[in-house]
Amino acid sequence: MMKRISLALVLLLLFGAVRMPLEQALDKEHEAAFFRGAKLNLQLREKIGQGSFLAALSGFRSIVADLLWIQANTAWQNTEWGKMVMIFDSVVTLQPRVIMFWDLAAWHMAYNASRAARDNPKQPREALRIKAQREYFELGKDYLERGIRNNPDRYTLYDRLGLLLRDKFEDHCGAAAAYAKAAEFPDAPGYEKRFAAYELSHCPGREREAYEMLLKIYNMGPEEHLPTLLSRLKAMQEKLNIPEDQRIKFSSEVE
Amino acid sequence: MSTTTTNHPPHRAFSPGRILAIASNTFLELVRQKVFYFLLIFAMVLIGSSAFMVNFTFQEKFQVLKDVSLGAMSIFTWLLAVLCTAMLLPKDIEDRTLYTILAKPVPRLEYLIGKLLGVLGLLAASTLVMAALFAIVLYSRQQLAIVEALSGADPNASKEQVAEMVREIKATTFTWSLIPGIVIIYLKAALFAALTLLISTFASSWIFTIVTSVAIYIIGHIQPIARDYWLTESGGTALTKVFLAIVSLLFPDLQLFNLVDDIVAGNAIATLLFLKTAALGVIYVLVYLFVAYFIFAKKEL
Repeated sequence: MMKRISLALVLLLLFGAVRMPLEQALDKEHEAAFFRGAKLNLQLREKIGQGSFLAALSGFRSIVADLLWIQANTAWQNTEWGKMVMIFDSVVTLQPRVIMFWDLAAWHMAYNASRAARDNPKQPREALRIKAQREYFELGKDYLERGIRNNPDRYTLYDRLGLLLRDKFEDHCGAAAAYAKAAEFPDAPGYEKRFAAYELSHCPGREREAYEMLLKIYNMGPEEHLPTLLSRLKAMQEKLNIPEDQRIKFSSEVE
Repeated sequence: MSTTTTNHPPHRAFSPGRILAIASNTFLELVRQKVFYFLLIFAMVLIGSSAFMVNFTFQEKFQVLKDVSLGAMSIFTWLLAVLCTAMLLPKDIEDRTLYTILAKPVPRLEYLIGKLLGVLGLLAASTLVMAALFAIVLYSRQQLAIVEALSGADPNASKEQVAEMVREIKATTFTWSLIPGIVIIYLKAALFAALTLLISTFASSWIFTIVTSVAIYIIGHIQPIARDYWLTESGGTALTKVFLAIVSLLFPDLQLFNLVDDIVAGNAIATLLFLKTAALGVIYVLVYLFVAYFIFAKKEL
């Protein structure tokens, strides 16, 4: 019987040798299709603990990520921003393809933590409060940029980056670029191209480009004649001194 | 003196009918076992309760719901595969059913195929039940979320924005990619059923079979790390290299069947890629069955 078992082991080893190149090729195809992007390393093991790390390695990384996410929720309720960053880093390492984790991590840092830092009653010096606030803005931006690197095939994080650059950094040129990138995706909603044009119209030196973009959207049909579009188009016509005969005539209601 | 002749059909070396009889009998035996109901009910409670669990988290409710439900399906189909298969041969030996069947005569290969098909049938039935419950929970939560979103929507929101909101809810709940994900969960469990059957052909007790199977489950998930280290890293002693080579060649790469996490995250799986992964799963099952027969054929009973 032992001889039979030994021969069976040899058969399994031979099968292993045959399947290895096939599995490596399949592995590469999975990676190309954005599967198996999570990189579980020793740094993560230190952060999440041995048990969770083993569970993540054993095929339950999504559940481990969810449990950590619930912990982040508790940390948020206790306004423990530092702890939240640590948890978010672990969560996005475990599940880099979940857009929601990147999106909400960025939102918490750039919108909630930054506000808390700005209003921090324990910090009497305003300069330091502003500095802390800007650091949280940067942290939020960093989550979105890392999220985009992990999900280059989806538009959502470009959209969120556009929003963040517009609202928190007042970087209209950057926001226009992010919205334009989002608009390139075939499944992106129609407003991405409009937002790109609106932001470009606020970008110094690129008014002509913005005007042409707005005009192109305007010519797409009456369904695109939204109040903001008309208002930005009117503003661009004024700013670029477009000849009267080439101008679009707006009703007096358009600001 | 008269002779009577009976018209028995000639004995066939390989009979799908006999295999089907063993498979259906195995299926019925397993369905009657308490462990099946215990695991199935536990899985269904977990999937059902994930609908309520989502209230404890913020924002993305569906991520948790899908992760927990599919995670539960993955754990319980695997557990069912290991526990049910590990007890098949020892139980037949203990009840002496094995001797009755093999004395018929039924070839040992048919016996093993029948037993495995019985387990695979049970796994298919339980996967279907769990998937149906999951679909019901997901659909009801989706409808609730749409109603909540529409009632709470900004009255000034354009039709396009409302449509986008509804589209986003639908996209984050049910996608067709979940179906291949569930099929791959089933195939992983089938792989483990075949592997456990292989172990049980030489194991001395069913506890040994279960413990070995669980250990292989963990090693199988780390196998790609060992393989990459073996093939790409130049450092390390010769002994380490030999050890890594054995781990890489002997154990299955289970990470290849771990696609559901990324499918839940919104990854769409191409048909060809899914078929290749599924084919690999089927090959594993066939090879393990063949090796199980190789040992079982000469086993002294």
